[in-house]
Amino acid sequence: MANSLSISNVEAGYGSVRVLHDVTINVGGGEIVVLLGSNGNGKSTLIKCITGLVEPDSGEIVFESDGEKINLIGRSPEDIVDLGIAMVPEGRRLFPALTVEENLTLGAYRPAARAKLDENLEFVYGAFPRLLERRDQLAGSMSGGEQQMVAIARSMMSDPKILLVDEPSVGLAPILVSQTIAKIKELQEQRNLTVLMAEQNFNQAIKIADRGYIIVHGQIEFEGADAAALENNDMIKQYYLGA
Amino acid sequence: MKVSGFWIGIVLMLAAGFVLAGVADNQFLFFAGYVILQGLIMAVAWNVLGGFTGYVNFGSAGFFAIGAYTAIALHQFAELPLLVLIVIAGIVCGLIGLGTGYLTLRLRGVYFAIATLAMAIVFESLITNWDYVGGSAGAYVITPAEVPFFDSFIEMMFILMLVLSLICVAVSRYLSMSRMGRGLASIRDDETAAECMGVPTLRLKLISTTVMGVMMGVAGAPFPFFVTYINPLSAFDLLIAVNAIAMPMIGGTAVWFGPVIGALLLGTIQQIVTVTISSELNILIVGAVLIAFVALAPRGIVGLFQDFARKRREGGK
Repeated sequence: MANSLSISNVEAGYGSVRVLHDVTINVGGGEIVVLLGSNGNGKSTLIKCITGLVEPDSGEIVFESDGEKINLIGRSPEDIVDLGIAMVPEGRRLFPALTVEENLTLGAYRPAARAKLDENLEFVYGAFPRLLERRDQLAGSMSGGEQQMVAIARSMMSDPKILLVDEPSVGLAPILVSQTIAKIKELQEQRNLTVLMAEQNFNQAIKIADRGYIIVHGQIEFEGADAAALENNDMIKQYYLGA
Repeated sequence: MKVSGFWIGIVLMLAAGFVLAGVADNQFLFFAGYVILQGLIMAVAWNVLGGFTGYVNFGSAGFFAIGAYTAIALHQFAELPLLVLIVIAGIVCGLIGLGTGYLTLRLRGVYFAIATLAMAIVFESLITNWDYVGGSAGAYVITPAEVPFFDSFIEMMFILMLVLSLICVAVSRYLSMSRMGRGLASIRDDETAAECMGVPTLRLKLISTTVMGVMMGVAGAPFPFFVTYINPLSAFDLLIAVNAIAMPMIGGTAVWFGPVIGALLLGTIQQIVTVTISSELNILIVGAVLIAFVALAPRGIVGLFQDFARKRREGGK
């Protein structure tokens, strides 16, 4: 059950604007790896490169599943979802005019996921009982915390091996951030997921991280082999802790 | 239960059409009915792309004209039966829909709307300069004085349009209620998110432009035979184009029966106004009704009823 992701020497950007410079990151099977950095440093762009929404100019992104290596560059987003890579987009991006259940069902749009629709629906309703209560409510009418639940549950509906989470803390009250982060850890354990989480809320992200990287101006400036290494890093102190 | 209800409704509508054809002597009824049903097909067609998928556009009615001129061109070439003309016009418009989809679908929002409008203008200039179909002078079609099975040609045209519109409504309903419909709705709500979830957005959008093109072409193909004279000005008529957008907007764009309600309502009002007041007042009425709905009920009649039903449900608790 080794589902890993290795990103090597990726350069990417939008038009003539370079965003990522020679980024190399490894996410091993069953790990939670955090990508730390404040706004505008390229976290979301890297996630978009992995999901096929942005095509890198150079470099390699390889997904390894049970010994099989698959190059992700040049594949369409739907292909990549098929391979078992799901994403919780930044700012949740639900379908506001659709109900909770319709949102969840759309997470299982791909043929492979559709076959396990009922099973996965039962699983996410078990993980988020609140969503079962509100299954017929329009997603846009829910609170921020509930919407985040829908976003995470929706990504789980594609039955992923790798979960990419882009800034789960955005727009949430601190207590809800803790709950969301704890939920990601819980799902990771239950489903034996490999998780890459981009986050700027260092204190929260570090709670569940096995390892992490710090990205500054599109370059990986520091690689922390464990949570303590990240915590004791000068850059963290400089950027996040105000030292 | 719901499925069988729909099909019973379809059969009843069809039966009502045939009964009307058998009983009524007033030829104006068939004339008015034809115009209303033509509007209905166009409204349903516009709604597949503009409503379900959320790609609001002003060029859809151009496909109606292309359908009409495909029929004229084929009619000049060889006197094919009307049904064959309709099928070919549907295919041609579907292909043009697919092609323009490829060219324009990378644009979103207002840019897409402008591109489709420009496309309709390009086609109008092409047809105006195409002598084979009459150019700007237009073309005449001589309709048969007698037709088999029906009392008059216009009666046959009415029944034909009824059958076509019922088919289009059934297709649009299937599209909206299937898994594909949910995919289209996800594009309407948030296209980037839909892409993230693995919804094949490009393919769905191309299906939607193609279906829109086929339906518009099918609505347009019999048009020259209905009016017996066609020129670019009448095929690309502003009123026809505005109706195709106004009817779904008034009925409600999110569900399949929205444009049906809008088309029947607005189309009937227009016909009554034409007879009782004046035909020039038509477009004014469309404008006024459209403004009223955009301001007071942006989700159309269906939206009004949904809000009403929700308030009652919540009030009852």
